[in-house]
Amino acid sequence: MNHNSEHYSQETFKGLRVAITGGTSGLGLALVRELTGRGARVAFVARKQGGVERVVCQYAGTHGIVGDVSQKEDIHPIAMQVTAMLGGLDVLINNASDLGPAPLALLADTECEDLERALATNVLGPFRLTKTLLGTLASSAREGLGAVVVNISSDAAVNAYPRWGAYGASKAALLHLSRIWNEELSTEGISVLSFDPGDMDTPLHAMAVPDADRSQLGRPETAARLLTEAIGKRISVIRESFHQPCEEVVPC
Amino acid sequence: MLAAHLPIQRPSEAKLLVVDGLGNIRHWVREKFADLLHPGDLVVANDAATLPASLSGEHERSGRPVEVRLVGWGSLRPEAIRHATAVVFGAGDFRTRTEDRPLPPELEAGDRLALGPLGAKVEALLGHPRLAQLAFHGSLHKIWEGLARHGRPIQYSHVKTPLALWHVWTPIAGPPVAFEPPSAGFTLDWRTLALQKQRGAKFATITHAAGVSSTGDARLDALLPLDEPYHIPSNTASAVNQTRKRGGRIVAIGTTVVRALEHAAQLDGSVRAGTGLATQRITSHSRLQVVDTLLSGTHEPGTSHYDLLGAFVDEKTLNRIDRELHALNYLTHEFGDSVFVERMAEANSEAPPTRALVA
Repeated sequence: MNHNSEHYSQETFKGLRVAITGGTSGLGLALVRELTGRGARVAFVARKQGGVERVVCQYAGTHGIVGDVSQKEDIHPIAMQVTAMLGGLDVLINNASDLGPAPLALLADTECEDLERALATNVLGPFRLTKTLLGTLASSAREGLGAVVVNISSDAAVNAYPRWGAYGASKAALLHLSRIWNEELSTEGISVLSFDPGDMDTPLHAMAVPDADRSQLGRPETAARLLTEAIGKRISVIRESFHQPCEEVVPC
Repeated sequence: MLAAHLPIQRPSEAKLLVVDGLGNIRHWVREKFADLLHPGDLVVANDAATLPASLSGEHERSGRPVEVRLVGWGSLRPEAIRHATAVVFGAGDFRTRTEDRPLPPELEAGDRLALGPLGAKVEALLGHPRLAQLAFHGSLHKIWEGLARHGRPIQYSHVKTPLALWHVWTPIAGPPVAFEPPSAGFTLDWRTLALQKQRGAKFATITHAAGVSSTGDARLDALLPLDEPYHIPSNTASAVNQTRKRGGRIVAIGTTVVRALEHAAQLDGSVRAGTGLATQRITSHSRLQVVDTLLSGTHEPGTSHYDLLGAFVDEKTLNRIDRELHALNYLTHEFGDSVFVERMAEANSEAPPTRALVA
């Protein structure tokens, strides 16, 4: 990325209203840090009160929300707190993920409940939260501020890795959901992106592959920076196209 | 009319009574609402999400149970929640009609209410034993968290199943500022929005803190609607003003949109962007300056929503609408059928502009 577009992106993030699920560890925490550092207004969601309070203390000005995206009853309370505290929403990052069985298991050995939990967290949760926040995102789009939904994907969404069945199937569903939603929502001015951060040194990866050589894994901070830049570019493109003069100009 | 008792936002059999500008009445299928739009129309909806405004708890001084229903506040800013107007009921829940609910224990300024994780103090009584100004304790973050966890949407005795937020958030719901759902917006699923666009109509939103439509107490209901804060985004104001210049219709989805747009109307009939506090009542004595057509629920005579229809049509037409709604068994209340009313050319042309009624 050249210096000019990087500079432009920095301006893009000032006051940008961003919600991140799974914001107290791994990629989610790195995104809280990266986006807050660039001047965005950030609300994040995580399941545990203690973790939420710790991150709020660490990153002043962030809004921490205790909630579990896999629980239907939590979705509207989360959405309500996000929109109340941020006064709207421009970017939603569905990052919270569930591995399925830990340690990883062959599909034939996977408990149905583990698959259900992976689907609830990785597919239904992002679907419900996005659907609930769609009115707010569409409003941002109509105002020309740009509206982007990011679903965190994985190479397990496209490759058939043995023992990654629950996770891989749920991420494949999320990937296809993102693609269809992006087609459907483009007329509303909302972009839906998938982002594969690669193998990272995170708590989720440690659960999946406890004996991995951590020195070979990517840093969540690097992935957070790449994703943030991708969001910045997309928002910039949307804002530029919104402010293009129309062919038909009617004075107000 | 019978009350709709199932919490379904868009039943396929929902009916729509259509009144054109000459007072002609016809009956339509509501899910085909977009067919009634013309190229160049602007559809304006209220994107307020509904708060979980019902809080159960205890009046600490007497130790007796209460249900607090938040009904109004001064602005759309998140900190407005600190000081809210509330209607307070005594023991019982929504299964009892509000008309039959007991009064709360006698409230005095300084009384404390324990409402689940929330604590509130009665700041003042507002001229009625049920109506109080409350102040919530704690950080803004904790107040919103407590409301999200403990609050329930205001319930209705005519709907038998308890309502969750997903029953009352419209598909376009955004800022959580309404105390009851802006229920005309239930009509607007994303398919309908796409159909509107295909017909050449545009779409815009305002945010208006819709208050309660009824409290079950005649003295309190006479005060409705309470003052309601609203926000009109600049792109919505521009779209309204451009549409009017081009001769397109402004189609309001719900009475709250009428209230906000008419309140924001300038002397020349253009609408200003920004925030405001709608204080006016719109009745048959009001002359509309902005809104041409209204999609709304079906309303019974004697309610403020019914009175508002009088600004669109003359009394004779209003009576005919009423008879047709009864004859064809239209359902009423939040999840009921709807009316689509074009402003009659001669209706209230001599009346002063609605804005002039602002106190």
